[in-house]
Amino acid sequence: MTTKDRGFLQALWDFFCALKLSISLLILLAVTSIIGTVIPQVPNIPEEYIHSLSQTKLQLYDKLGFFDMYHSWWFILLLYLLTVNLIACSIKRLPRVWKIVSEPTLVMDEAFEKSLSLTHDVKMKGESATLREKMVSFLTSEFAKPVVTEIDGTCHLFAQKTPYSRLGVYVVHFSIIIIFIGAIIGSYFGYKGFVTIVEGQSVDSLTSRSGKTIPLGFALKCEKFSVSFYDTGAPKEFKSILTVLENGQPVPGYINIPTIVNSPLTYKGITFYQSSYGSASEGGTFYFTVRSRKGGAPVKLTARQGDKVPLPGGGTMQVLESTDEVRNFIPQFSGPAARIEVATGSGAPQAFIVMRNYPELDEQRGGDTIFSYDGSDQKFYTGLQVAKDPGVWVVWLGCALMVIGICMAFFMSHKRVWIRIANGHVVMGGSASKNPAGFQLQFDALVDKLTKL
Amino acid sequence: MNALLFNLTMGAYFLATLTYLFYLFKPRPTLGRISHWVISGGFIIHCMFTLDRYLEAGHTPITNLHESLSFFSLAIVGIFIAFERKYKVSILGSFVTPLALVILLISALFPSAIAPLNPALKSKWLAVHTTMAFFGYATFAVAFGAAIMYLIQEHFLKNKRLGPLYQKLPSLDTLDEINYRCLTFGFPLLTFAIISGAIWAETAWGTYWSWDPKETWSLITWFIYAALLHGRLTTGWRGRRAAILAIIGFFVMLFTFLGVNLLLPGLHSYK
Repeated sequence: MTTKDRGFLQALWDFFCALKLSISLLILLAVTSIIGTVIPQVPNIPEEYIHSLSQTKLQLYDKLGFFDMYHSWWFILLLYLLTVNLIACSIKRLPRVWKIVSEPTLVMDEAFEKSLSLTHDVKMKGESATLREKMVSFLTSEFAKPVVTEIDGTCHLFAQKTPYSRLGVYVVHFSIIIIFIGAIIGSYFGYKGFVTIVEGQSVDSLTSRSGKTIPLGFALKCEKFSVSFYDTGAPKEFKSILTVLENGQPVPGYINIPTIVNSPLTYKGITFYQSSYGSASEGGTFYFTVRSRKGGAPVKLTARQGDKVPLPGGGTMQVLESTDEVRNFIPQFSGPAARIEVATGSGAPQAFIVMRNYPELDEQRGGDTIFSYDGSDQKFYTGLQVAKDPGVWVVWLGCALMVIGICMAFFMSHKRVWIRIANGHVVMGGSASKNPAGFQLQFDALVDKLTKL
Repeated sequence: MNALLFNLTMGAYFLATLTYLFYLFKPRPTLGRISHWVISGGFIIHCMFTLDRYLEAGHTPITNLHESLSFFSLAIVGIFIAFERKYKVSILGSFVTPLALVILLISALFPSAIAPLNPALKSKWLAVHTTMAFFGYATFAVAFGAAIMYLIQEHFLKNKRLGPLYQKLPSLDTLDEINYRCLTFGFPLLTFAIISGAIWAETAWGTYWSWDPKETWSLITWFIYAALLHGRLTTGWRGRRAAILAIIGFFVMLFTFLGVNLLLPGLHSYK
């Protein structure tokens, strides 16, 4: 290796070790992250938004990856740079800190004493040996058990508390790397997708976010779906009753599992989250009762969606649309409803709404034939988010480490106290890695007790 | 009952703001003590209001803008009282209590009816996540107050205008220390709020991180305070720069809390 190469490598190393780089990267990440909260991101880009952009803007945004910003090469690059920076900083600084932890300064000589901001000198009578015993028991009871070193008749005591708190910063840095590894595992070996299952039916594959069909390796059956509402009409709970099937057989322990928001179902590493629902478009049959205003027995009718059904008094009717909860459209009413179109041959066809919970309502319409809606056997479908993320446990491990590291780094302090006994003088010195003001109070209290001995 | 407690809190905070502002001009120790008791009394009533609402609603009352703004105000006052007791800087109140009052007044503008709980919010993480987030926000708000005081004090020193206000404000070192102490509580709280949010998101939405605007903006706030924390390790970033960054951080945090809810669409839009 030539000196020039070494010079370059050294410069590169220094570049990655620099605290300035960390600060710049953090600020750069903060600023660039804003883009993705202002520009819509795939897969949720509205058509109108695309049309509102000029052609040049569209191409520019697309080239820069602004529509999938958080996965664009330059954003990922920033994250990798931050990781390298983090590792380099830790490699550079950790040995020094480790030395403080593993090889503490046991002796406070006069030069070291001058470097400490907290010191106190007390004159004490007594034999050196008795003073030493006194100080050892003093530190043990008031602070921590000391290590005793004797050099040329001078006795040195050293006691410390939570030296490992100095490593907290590195635990946090390490936890960030673990979280990144978890995220990378998830992005390579996991997927996110969606399934819709009609009540009573089952699926054995899902559609991923990129539109690919992925087999589940088992089948998932939706036994039943239900939705309940608050009095205000706001949804209260969506619930799917799910059963896992292997080779067509229900799997014990995974039969009729209620799955609601905040309580997903997990099987073989694949998790299903309740996310939406709707009415299945296929196969519903609607039931009506029809009677004439002039009197006569009411007649029961059945109609499939889109079919024109002949009416007893002539003409036809057909179901245009239906809902299981009319409150979402007409807040004053509740329950199932259908919009039907009636053609009597004379005049234009009439479309109107009939509701199951209000059978008398249609009388007020004033038509010759009065309809009431008896409901349908139409089925719900449940919409489930599907996620497989083998990296999630790694991410949780990283998060746990981060919580531990942050508690060590912010709420614990490495406190050290030295005592030197020589010629009837007891000199005490102290230092703390954090919160000097707080430690000063503690040190003053120690001095107070020492002088009263 | 609930409305009465809310109005009483508002009255107490209004009175405290008046006495603290008056203290700015006449810094008599008695006035400082009176202000302290008024704000402490307001804080206790505010806690009672929150507890009453918790009992009435049956869930942590931080689910819409009225409730969360009120809780934000409560957290700011709580953190301020703790700092005032520790650092004996009553004058911090002249900068922080008006902020708490304004936030409570804005809270009063939003409908206060207890709304039924949205399915996604039915989780034990609601209490943990929101409480930590708002106490984190509150420490950043107190840091903001201290940072403003720092810049004013520094301005006096630079222009050698050592007038009456100069003598009433704490030293630059004390202000910088308060700023730093806020950071050492705010940053862990923000981190824990983000992590608990990720765990909740995993159970509710199926992914611990989806770059939803709220998530992204909380991460932006986190980046800024992380930069400030690392900047403080180098001497050049203490004092003035730290104060400016604390002010920027506060506005970014406000946007994370309010701007995202009101301006950006996303999973967190609980209005």
